[in-house]
Amino acid sequence: MHDLIQYITGYLSSDQTPGAAGNWFWATVYILLVFVGLSVAVIAMNWLERKILAHMQVRLGPMRVGPHGLLQPIADALKLLLKEDIIPAEADVTVFWIAPFIVVLAAFTVFVVVPFGATHAITDMNIGVLFMLGVSSLAVLGIVTAGWSSNSHYPLLGALRSSAQMVSYEVAMGLAVVSAIMMTSLNEEGVGTLSMIGIVQAQFDQKQWFLFKFFPLGIIAFGIFAIAMVAETNRAPFDLPEAESELTAGFHTEYSGFRWSLFFLAEYSAMIAVSSIAVTLWLGGWLRPFPNTLTGATWDLVFSLFPGLTFLFLAGLTFYSTARMPKHPFFKIQTMGLGGFGALLAAIALILFVPGVRTRVQDIYWFSIKVSGFMYLYIWYRGTFPRYRFDQLMKVGWKVLLPIGFALLIVTAVVAMRAELWASITGGGHP
Amino acid sequence: MNPPVATPFFFYGLSLIMIIGGILVITRKNAVHSALALITTLLAQAALYLMLYAPFVAGVQIILYAGGIMVLFLFVIMLISIERTQKEKQFNKQWIVGIVAALALGALFVAVYTKTSRGLTLFIEGRSNYVENQNVQNVANLLFDRGAGQYMFAFEIASLLLLVAIIGAVVMAKKRI
Amino acid sequence: MDTLLHISTLHYLVLGAALFILGVIGVLTRRNVVIILMSIELILNAVNLNLVAFSRYWQSIHGPAALHGQVFAIFVITDAAAEAAVGLGILIAFFRNKETVNVDEVNLLKW
Repeated sequence: MHDLIQYITGYLSSDQTPGAAGNWFWATVYILLVFVGLSVAVIAMNWLERKILAHMQVRLGPMRVGPHGLLQPIADALKLLLKEDIIPAEADVTVFWIAPFIVVLAAFTVFVVVPFGATHAITDMNIGVLFMLGVSSLAVLGIVTAGWSSNSHYPLLGALRSSAQMVSYEVAMGLAVVSAIMMTSLNEEGVGTLSMIGIVQAQFDQKQWFLFKFFPLGIIAFGIFAIAMVAETNRAPFDLPEAESELTAGFHTEYSGFRWSLFFLAEYSAMIAVSSIAVTLWLGGWLRPFPNTLTGATWDLVFSLFPGLTFLFLAGLTFYSTARMPKHPFFKIQTMGLGGFGALLAAIALILFVPGVRTRVQDIYWFSIKVSGFMYLYIWYRGTFPRYRFDQLMKVGWKVLLPIGFALLIVTAVVAMRAELWASITGGGHP
Repeated sequence: MNPPVATPFFFYGLSLIMIIGGILVITRKNAVHSALALITTLLAQAALYLMLYAPFVAGVQIILYAGGIMVLFLFVIMLISIERTQKEKQFNKQWIVGIVAALALGALFVAVYTKTSRGLTLFIEGRSNYVENQNVQNVANLLFDRGAGQYMFAFEIASLLLLVAIIGAVVMAKKRI
Repeated sequence: MDTLLHISTLHYLVLGAALFILGVIGVLTRRNVVIILMSIELILNAVNLNLVAFSRYWQSIHGPAALHGQVFAIFVITDAAAEAAVGLGILIAFFRNKETVNVDEVNLLKW
């Protein structure tokens, strides 16, 4: 028993991820935390998407279910769970069952290597980025089998189009990722790394986010990845395969109830996963702004106040909305609920001001803020851009992004290794 | 150093998944079911590569084999109508001879593996180093290094091979040349 | 019992042999061309497993950088991708002519 306590508390003072330290208890705890965090994030994304899209379209969005529609995702989840489970006639039942689970598996397994902090990852694989790209490409299999097993032509067309699109943009993503990985090798030993924590560490050591490195090469690589990741997750403006006016919801037409919610969960988790890759590779992962130039205890203190201030800001917004609620007795419960929610946010803010919590939550907070920025961009794209036609989509993937990716790769390699290249051309010294 | 404790559990579990997947591949009537069983086998194989401390090969297997080749197979299976093929006979006329010949080959393999000579077993297990965190760098050294790398030429030939395969596949699958 | 519990290279080789046999049975007994191609992929995977198992054995003798088996396995995977693409291209071209995927009916050159 004492060994067990020792095993559990012994990890807390180490500086490795639980997977690298071999501690299965803490690895399980981290896995459960990631699971819960993802579910909460998907629920929040559902509400945020509807409200933000609505406000972009000069309307209000869901307002009835809770105060300002805050309970709408819960109502949606209840409805999906209680709906009748319809399986089309002559559909292949085994494959119909398995398909949503393949997509969810691919979307969730990716989070094993996502680093929320310097030691806050489930594990730190040597092949972190390769693992993420590979496992997220397994989602294509789930989509293809989902479309085929529905035994109906709309899903089949939607599945084939969707998977062709995902496979095409994976190539562009891979090229952009390789350009970023090449920048990790600009240290003394000349050896780069594929591990996610190593990439952020390289950005810290080179005192520059890879977004700004070799300007404008970092930004072009980031741009290619940002476009490709929107296409990879089948989101607007690349969402022809699942657009309602085109293909009646594409490959998940015949799925209803809980199965459809699995596809929905997988889509949002995949969005968060590819945003995590973009944040880790180009935007400095969990690093706070200016970790090398603005050092010292005071700057650390200033930046560590940000989590609490963010939640205080959100609590202030909530209290402001509470004050603006109509004074009719019908709205009494909603006003009380909104006030309670504001109090909850303020309580979280106060907890985040405690010095012990402040230093530990730092990394997770900065990572989450950057990923949330990407989520907002996703919703913004959906509200702003018209949809690409499918042949235009494939043209952009193969004829625009791929050549730019290749050129970028070559130019980045030449610029990164220019000293060695020049030495080997002029024959001076060893290359 | 001691080997990790749960290794036999994972090895036997994964090999059971692979064998069952392999049997399902060769016995199912429906080609899509065979393809899904093959995907399971390939993913279990990637896990076995991780057990053999080869994470890069595992990553390449997941991306290329399970995420690329099997998608290609599934596309082709869906392009080819299979309702007719499901009503035909699935196995050859000479299936018994085929199985007997294959099992004889298997017996030959196992006899070679377990043969001992002069009291020594063939594969002495020297588990002295469990290095994994430099695997990608070591593979890259073998492939690309100027001094120690021996496989640069093979790498270039492999890329040429892929180019030829792409051109060949496109030419053969086009409607009119 | 100790040989069963202590996983050595031999275990991986036997597993590779079993997969190889399953692939050979698939090639020899099935009539559907797509399933024959998938059995060929099984064979190639068994070969890869052998290569990586031996690479681990070699690495334990010759130091951590002796990963020749793994490099060979990567080349085999590349080869398998090229072969699958060309094989499926041939299959599509043939299917367009004869509307069948039964390998017993690929007999246009028969006397």
